Amino acid sequence: MPKLSNMSYKNQRILIIFLFSLVPVVLLLTFSYLPVFKMFQYSFTSWNGFSKNMEYVGFDNYKTIFTKPEYFAVFKVSLYYFFATFVQMGLALYFATILSFNVRMKNWFKGILFFPTLLNGVAIGFIFLFFFKPEGTLNTILDLVGLGAWQQKWLLNPQLINISLAFASVWRYMGMNFIIFLGAISSIGGDIYEASEIDGANRWHQFRHIIIPSIKRILQLNLILAVSGAIGVFEIPYVMTGGSNGSGTFVIQTVDVAFKYSKLGLASAMAVVLLGIVVLVTILQRVLIKEEK
Amino acid sequence: MHTLKYNLASFFKYLTLVLGALMALVPIVVVFFASLKTNKEYASTGPLTLPENWLNFSNYSKAFIDGNMLLGFMNTIIIVLISIAGATLTGSMMAYILARFRFKGSKLLMGAFLLATLIPGVTTQVATFQIINSLELFNTRWAPILMYLGTDIIAVYIFMQFLDSISESLDESAMLDGASYWTIYWRIILPLLSPAIVTVIIVKGVNIYNDFYTPFLYMPKSSLQVVSTALFKFKGPYGSQWEVICAAIMIAIIPTLVAFIALQKYIYNGFAQGSVK
Repeated sequence: MPKLSNMSYKNQRILIIFLFSLVPVVLLLTFSYLPVFKMFQYSFTSWNGFSKNMEYVGFDNYKTIFTKPEYFAVFKVSLYYFFATFVQMGLALYFATILSFNVRMKNWFKGILFFPTLLNGVAIGFIFLFFFKPEGTLNTILDLVGLGAWQQKWLLNPQLINISLAFASVWRYMGMNFIIFLGAISSIGGDIYEASEIDGANRWHQFRHIIIPSIKRILQLNLILAVSGAIGVFEIPYVMTGGSNGSGTFVIQTVDVAFKYSKLGLASAMAVVLLGIVVLVTILQRVLIKEEK
Repeated sequence: MHTLKYNLASFFKYLTLVLGALMALVPIVVVFFASLKTNKEYASTGPLTLPENWLNFSNYSKAFIDGNMLLGFMNTIIIVLISIAGATLTGSMMAYILARFRFKGSKLLMGAFLLATLIPGVTTQVATFQIINSLELFNTRWAPILMYLGTDIIAVYIFMQFLDSISESLDESAMLDGASYWTIYWRIILPLLSPAIVTVIIVKGVNIYNDFYTPFLYMPKSSLQVVSTALFKFKGPYGSQWEVICAAIMIAIIPTLVAFIALQKYIYNGFAQGSVK
């Protein structure tokens, strides 16, 4: 093998650009772009995943998704998670704001609020199974503080199940939003607060007129990511309920349709619909953020 | 009057902070309590009752042995180490050529990586599965490793940002000494990138350790179980032995707790850098 240092820098450049990008590009094509292409292809077939021939069925799979209520119902479940994201971001913003100023034991609170985000998704699923059990943590606490009448079968009641699961999801992801907001708020220079204090601004004024405008873009980005997040929910409901009692999400259903019922064509069409929603939201986000600038 | 109002606001502030902290901690702490209780004790006491014997680790040993958690940790470590080493290398290489050379197609390359992150992994899983299958990687450790290796624009971004702060005159003076581009990358750039590497290792490491979806779909074979899938298996057979499940939960999250306490500073930086695209 010729020594690199004996080559001219021009040739070295070509070689190094080629070699350094080779592996990432091959991986990118194989695991990002090829699947998308294949997914579109499968979505027009009734393929089961293993038979040799794929039968072309046109738009049948898409018709099934949009006409059969059992496929469309999963979007209603997404709404719970979508609304939960607003609660999650409200809490994250509140805690990030008060922890940006002087607070005793600041680092402890930061650490505790952020820690759940780092936990294993399966562990969180189990932790909340335990939390919501009929004789579990939540009901015991309610009893303890004299709200025994509010005890519920949190995961068995179809009216409550998605609210309970969305709550677990807020618990899991709040810390992530919190740390992002905290980072954004801390990049605001301290002199701006000082100047505003001289002008007689209180904390609320500062929040309303300094903090919110400074982190507006991150706020918008997070809000719009909430949509794809709400559609992509998988782990918590899968671990906790397996999607029973009306808690099945889009991803749970896709996985079931593909791998349990071997309807790969249909599952691919569902994935295309999902991708379509995400792309739409991303475009919307671009447009909105550009207009705001 | 002013002080009263101020005190009230301050009281409210601390009240919400304490409530928030309790909300974050209580669900975990009660699991910890349950994990230390004997079967009888668990059945007769409420979740908030403290365990009688704080050193009763029998549930832990049962969960660790029956759940074959050692195997789970071994597989996780192998996958994490190879994926992270690979992702750090390929990510820093991509960042190096994108930050230091202006060449035809560099914009296209950047765009291709960026576009790929807009496609959520979960949507293409069905088709990806077929690709893994046709490469005969199903039920091997290489399936998740390859997927964790691929296309991480966040890592590339973190490296590129950091590369901007490394002066190009360093590269130039090395070139005057006759160093090849490879030597510059390997001997100068990579060591200087180490703070960014720590960030990438933590962000990726946390993601891989906690991922359930990928190993669950691509490595169902029980000899290939990772921590997540090992834990998931407790569902069902141990339905009536929550004290054992609770011990298994603690076994899975204790490494995270230790890592968090040890690396707190880096973790905050890592997540702040990694998530603001």
